[in-house]
Amino acid sequence: MTRFPALALVMAAAVAIAAPFFLKPFGIFLISTWAVLTIAAIGLNLTLGYAGQISLAQGAFVGMGAYTVALLTPLGVPFFGAFFAAGLLCFAIGWVLGYPALRVQHHYLAFVTLAFTTLVFLVLRNEEWLTNGIYGITGTPRPTLFGLKASSARDFYFLCLGVLALLSLAIWWMLRSPWGRAFVALRENPIRALSLGLDTRRYTLMAFAIGSSLGGLSGALYAPLVQFIEPNSFALGLSLNLLLMVIVGGSGNFFGPFVGALVAVLLPEWLRLTQGYYLIVYAAAIMVMMAFCPSGLLGLAERAGRALAGPRAVKKTSMPTEGAGP
Amino acid sequence: MFRTGLFASVIFASVGLAGPVLAQSTVYIPAILELSGAGAVSGTNFRDGMLLAIDEINAKGGILGKKIETPLLYTQSDAGISRAQVQKVLDNKPYVILGPVFSGSVLVDMLLTQQAEIPEIVGGEAAAITQKGNPYVFRTSFGQQLSMPKIANYMRDGVKAKTVGVLWVNNDFGKGGRDNFIKEMNSRDIKVVADISTESGQADFSADVVKLKGANADAIFVYLNEEESARFLREARKQGINKPLIGETTLLGQKVIDLAAGAANGVRGHVGLTIDAPIPAVQEFAANFKKRFNYACDHNGIKGYTAVYFIKHVTEKIGKLDGKAFAEAAHGITITPKDEPGILMEATWDKNGDIDRISFLGEVVDGKQKIVETLPKLGK
Amino acid sequence: MASFIQLLVSGLATGAIYALIAVGFTLLWQTSQTINFAQGEFVMLPAFFVLAAMNAGAPFWLAALIGVALSIVILGILFKFIIVDPMFKYGVLPLVISTIALSLFLKEGVKDFYSSQAQSFPALVPASDIHVFGAVVSTQSLAVLAVAIVTVIVLHLLLTKTRTGRQMQATAQNPLLARILGIPVQRMVLYTFLLNAVLVAIASILVSPIYLAKFTNGETLGMAAFIAAIIGGFNQVRGAVLGGVILGVLDNLSAAYISSQYRGAFPLIILIAVILFRPQGLLGRIEERTV
Repeated sequence: MTRFPALALVMAAAVAIAAPFFLKPFGIFLISTWAVLTIAAIGLNLTLGYAGQISLAQGAFVGMGAYTVALLTPLGVPFFGAFFAAGLLCFAIGWVLGYPALRVQHHYLAFVTLAFTTLVFLVLRNEEWLTNGIYGITGTPRPTLFGLKASSARDFYFLCLGVLALLSLAIWWMLRSPWGRAFVALRENPIRALSLGLDTRRYTLMAFAIGSSLGGLSGALYAPLVQFIEPNSFALGLSLNLLLMVIVGGSGNFFGPFVGALVAVLLPEWLRLTQGYYLIVYAAAIMVMMAFCPSGLLGLAERAGRALAGPRAVKKTSMPTEGAGP
Repeated sequence: MFRTGLFASVIFASVGLAGPVLAQSTVYIPAILELSGAGAVSGTNFRDGMLLAIDEINAKGGILGKKIETPLLYTQSDAGISRAQVQKVLDNKPYVILGPVFSGSVLVDMLLTQQAEIPEIVGGEAAAITQKGNPYVFRTSFGQQLSMPKIANYMRDGVKAKTVGVLWVNNDFGKGGRDNFIKEMNSRDIKVVADISTESGQADFSADVVKLKGANADAIFVYLNEEESARFLREARKQGINKPLIGETTLLGQKVIDLAAGAANGVRGHVGLTIDAPIPAVQEFAANFKKRFNYACDHNGIKGYTAVYFIKHVTEKIGKLDGKAFAEAAHGITITPKDEPGILMEATWDKNGDIDRISFLGEVVDGKQKIVETLPKLGK
Repeated sequence: MASFIQLLVSGLATGAIYALIAVGFTLLWQTSQTINFAQGEFVMLPAFFVLAAMNAGAPFWLAALIGVALSIVILGILFKFIIVDPMFKYGVLPLVISTIALSLFLKEGVKDFYSSQAQSFPALVPASDIHVFGAVVSTQSLAVLAVAIVTVIVLHLLLTKTRTGRQMQATAQNPLLARILGIPVQRMVLYTFLLNAVLVAIASILVSPIYLAKFTNGETLGMAAFIAAIIGGFNQVRGAVLGGVILGVLDNLSAAYISSQYRGAFPLIILIAVILFRPQGLLGRIEERTV
């Protein structure tokens, strides 16, 4: 695991809990978006950062999760039923997609997932009888949990935060298990892992499927958050955005997705000074970052931390966090 | 380092999100527009028309003695972002909101503005917008449910077509148009023998032209965005389609005519808003626009311009900056150019927020749009 | 039958364009392991160089040359030295991300600093139509086809018959060995980038009269390039050509005979099928994996 002062974690959690009390509805909407996207980014981080597979399909899984909830809840299915259904569905589809696709090398998987995302978009758009097509679905209701309504901005934020916290804990636990260590072995050297007797394909497949199901769960929260979903929101753009989040935060780093999602959500706001040019600035910033610290913001922080700490900083369980190689 | 980063980010965010404290001495009308992505052209035109009107009005003292203040927010042509922008803007208690242009974004924004009871003047043309029972939404251009009947009547009476082919772009604009058009065709007993969807950004129309030729319809209704219209027209000319090509505003726009390089001649259609209208006020507006922004605006520019004057007129009528009063007064109002020159053409707003106005039948002759006939308002 | 021929001929013309773009993409991948996600935008950009030059007063032929020259400098030299080289030590992924960011950068750059509207672009040959086997082909399409074929032949000759070309091939197949053999590998890699820059500039000038110059052109063209390159074979120039042609024809036929709503799906399905069952592409050689 990455070395991480417990104090920093507690502080961050405190900020996350206190924040909505100081923000207007728009601000609360932003941090709710952050929480929801972080879930998807964690999933992609699992696939990319830990298992070393380039996936451009995460956006499609978010979309499938969102549509599952948006279609089931009006039929009377309770929200958490639809939520789990979304996760299960995406796990299954991830498994089926991954099974043949993971036989090929990394850069080919990128193209397969790219093609898959576009195909999913086409189906969502053309099958109007199912998805209401290009018109999208409006007004997905926000859930009621144990009798408490979560429809106000602040309440819904806490719901998203809660789900994020639970899922993060689950993934943390999973990664600390022997199972999780196998993932990292895969990334570092698949051939060697194979020679050590690891069924690499099974582990990679699991990583991809779990990552995809997290995408679905993220989508399940996205639908009641934005309350309008249409096929265009889940096309290639979202997959690329999530990819950038994971990379910018620090791929392979447990907290990378949190930071990456924060940057992605807040950056447009900070760059609003640059008027319509903010996309150019964003793109340029990414390119510069890739040239100087491809291990992302947390990688940069780690390097700085290690440099400051000096030679005595040799931690017990230190995982290298340099960007995944081919 | 991480924790300070996170902390700093949150502080930054809160500061950034706190928003400006606006003085009571301005009329706060934020605009939420597509200035990047697929809607960039429409959004840019709408914005510039709007800015022209705002400057004109502010130069004369503003509305009720207060200057108009219009911060711009960008949707990136994405409905989710558009919603976020509306939320942000609503936190600052605007008077009226302008835009967006994209129907998808309009539909999602409406959920919020209706709840907040803030009037919204939009550029979206989808029929659904005014069918949701929102008393606060208005537009300054025809909805598809008003323009399609006019085209359908022309098909039946002018072209005298018994069979028709539809070529449409597969986005919410194109699909909405196609759905409404087919509905009108069915109610007039005109058979739709070809129903062909195309992709936004498509460059190769040979397959579609082949299918249209094979279908042998009496007339073809073309409902695409600009570049695609131009590319289609060239391909149609090349392969020798000789049946009438009928369109709606976009197909007869100057941009399409220029890009199609001669292939647009002979195209006919219904034009709701055009700078080629034989009306002096419109001509003057077009000239002013060209002088200020250095390009010829499309119908979205007129939408933006008239939207601001619409707000001005209604506000002066009610005498205060009250959103609910605005909405009540605006329903059923008729504004003539005599009362409000900036409205350019007489317009009436119905109880759903839809506009009724004269419109035109046009034909492209020798590389220019010519207005052939002026169609009266549907109402009085 | 005439309509089938029409579709075939149009498809070949479009496919020729895809082929040109795919060839450059393949070359970059072969020699420097660069997956250039910005390839589509590389094709979109030179047209705007030409338009800018024409706005400054240059006649078309001069503007075209300026466009090609600027393309070589910016999309060849600058791209290599500023973006690709610094990333090399970090592996493939950061470079991929960089090129994704680059594509966004170029697209927004053109939109903000030139225009968001489509621009007409002068054609190389005056537009007129020829009737061939009952189908109608524009002279422009034929010109595209001709230029594409000539380019591929010239490229093939360059790569196989000249010393530099063979050195480039050696670099592509095994850079380490090439270096041991005394081949200036870095220079060969640079040549590939320059070659790609020329190819995309040519493709841009050919395609823009038909597609109209617009900042979003890169999206569809880039996607087509990836699909064509993979279907044909990532490690063979001939493969890219075949892939491009197949894609162009397939797109047309599926749109006409199967479904227009799902026209985009068929190339993608073929792509997935090729990757799963024959990852080296139709004409490619199986790549060995180094351990």
